[in-house]
Amino acid sequence: MAITRDETLDWMRRFAGEVAEHRQELVALDTAIGDGDHGTNMNRGMTKALEKLEGAELADSGAALKTVAMALVSSVGGAAGPLYGTLFLQIGNALAGHSEVDLAAFAGAWRKGLEGVQARGKAQAGDKTMVDALIPAVEALESASDLNAGLRAAAQAAEEGMKATTPLIARKGRASYLGERSKDHQDPGATSTYYLFKSAAEALAG
Amino acid sequence: MKKLINAPDAVLHDALHGVEAAHGDRVRVSYDPAFVVRRDAPVQGKVGLVSGGGSGHEPMHGGFVGVGMLDAACPGEVFTSPTPDQMIEATKAVDGGAGVVHIVKNYTGDVMNFDMAAEMGRGEDIEVETVLTNDDVAVEDSLYTAGRRGVGVTVLVEKICGGAAEDGRSLQEVAELGRRVNANGRSMGMALTPCITPGSGNPSFELGDDEVEIGIGIHGEPGRYREKIAPASQISERLMTPIVEDLPFSNGDRVLAFVNGMGGTPLIELYVVYAEVAKIARERGLTIERNLVGNYITSLEMQGCSITLVKLDDEMVRYWDAPVNTPALRWGV
Repeated sequence: MAITRDETLDWMRRFAGEVAEHRQELVALDTAIGDGDHGTNMNRGMTKALEKLEGAELADSGAALKTVAMALVSSVGGAAGPLYGTLFLQIGNALAGHSEVDLAAFAGAWRKGLEGVQARGKAQAGDKTMVDALIPAVEALESASDLNAGLRAAAQAAEEGMKATTPLIARKGRASYLGERSKDHQDPGATSTYYLFKSAAEALAG
Repeated sequence: MKKLINAPDAVLHDALHGVEAAHGDRVRVSYDPAFVVRRDAPVQGKVGLVSGGGSGHEPMHGGFVGVGMLDAACPGEVFTSPTPDQMIEATKAVDGGAGVVHIVKNYTGDVMNFDMAAEMGRGEDIEVETVLTNDDVAVEDSLYTAGRRGVGVTVLVEKICGGAAEDGRSLQEVAELGRRVNANGRSMGMALTPCITPGSGNPSFELGDDEVEIGIGIHGEPGRYREKIAPASQISERLMTPIVEDLPFSNGDRVLAFVNGMGGTPLIELYVVYAEVAKIARERGLTIERNLVGNYITSLEMQGCSITLVKLDDEMVRYWDAPVNTPALRWGV
């Protein structure tokens, strides 16, 4: 089992679809503890990313993900632009040259992506950010024995990590200014990260 | 929600068209990537000043582009940081060979995007110094948050650095001066109402008819606490006390006092607040040598105000007084 370029493109289309479908949900979550623009910004970014993918000559999955990264960096803004841009750039760089991506390569690329996000945003586990969905999902991929099971386990771990942000007090980003008042709200960044893994499982697991 | 717009997604683009139409004598507008730049940029031999941030705070930053203040401003979507491609192009457009100062308000998104711009721009051979503003005393526990937010002092840093750059000061000198203004400045804001972004269409927080929110941010972030509406004298005291005690400002200090409207507050109310600020300053032995009253760093239609005090020195006063010719601030020309 391996991931092809066309499957990666399908993954990105599905992710864009999830973001568009849940735009209002992400806006509502972000309005509660941030500035209310996460759904709007991610939707603008992924719409732009699909436009760029449409006309591009893409050698492999890595090239596709790097294209998405540059589209997000130049169109999303906020914190999500650099964070998701860095995530896709690191994953794309790691997968460049792979015409077919196996589990080990995919998990390794996600580890690079996670490291990039943490270097950019300085967030640790438990800070109530996208990292809280990323860490368990990447670990699930790394401990899986086959690609399909790993993708499904990663989506489930991301969902659990997302839900686990609800009782946390935010320590990074705009939500951190609320202190205790950031409790009892699910983190919007962890939520969009869950949709990224959910769409990966749907597109890439055979 | 009622707003004077054509479409939520078109607000920034349409507003930039307005800026170009109204102020084309002083600024040029680039649309892709979006930035507002001084008409005569780049000025050879002069340090360039670039700032930027989410839109919705007008006149900051685009209204401060012109002789004696910013060379360029990068507007993001409403309350959303601009992107690195805007910052790099703006930086190149204003580089007159003496380097460029980035004035960045301390918000997660702004800092990360300006960092990326600096990384991506290293190959461009332009020397860049960053001045970070973080003057909001309402953020108490900065160890466990993203740190203090950059608010009112940003306007004053942009004016004072602009004066110094126009005077031919070096990149290091302009950046150091900006950092000194920030280090000596403290602010706090309050709101009578929340604000509504065009994209969400909903109020940024709920506030009762008889309540005020003390310690708000400029993106509709709720504040430290809320309480029943009180006379302006008491509200001014609520804002001034943490500001004065934080630096601290003490008997004999010379200060610049800045009473800023959040966008929806009439000027007459800002002057009511300024009278209280002047009285409190007098009681504490502070001499207000310079002041600014008006809507300069706003939060869409939010009603409310912020107060900023900066402890002045002679160099700051000199560059505050220097001529400035921008859409929003103009004197000495």
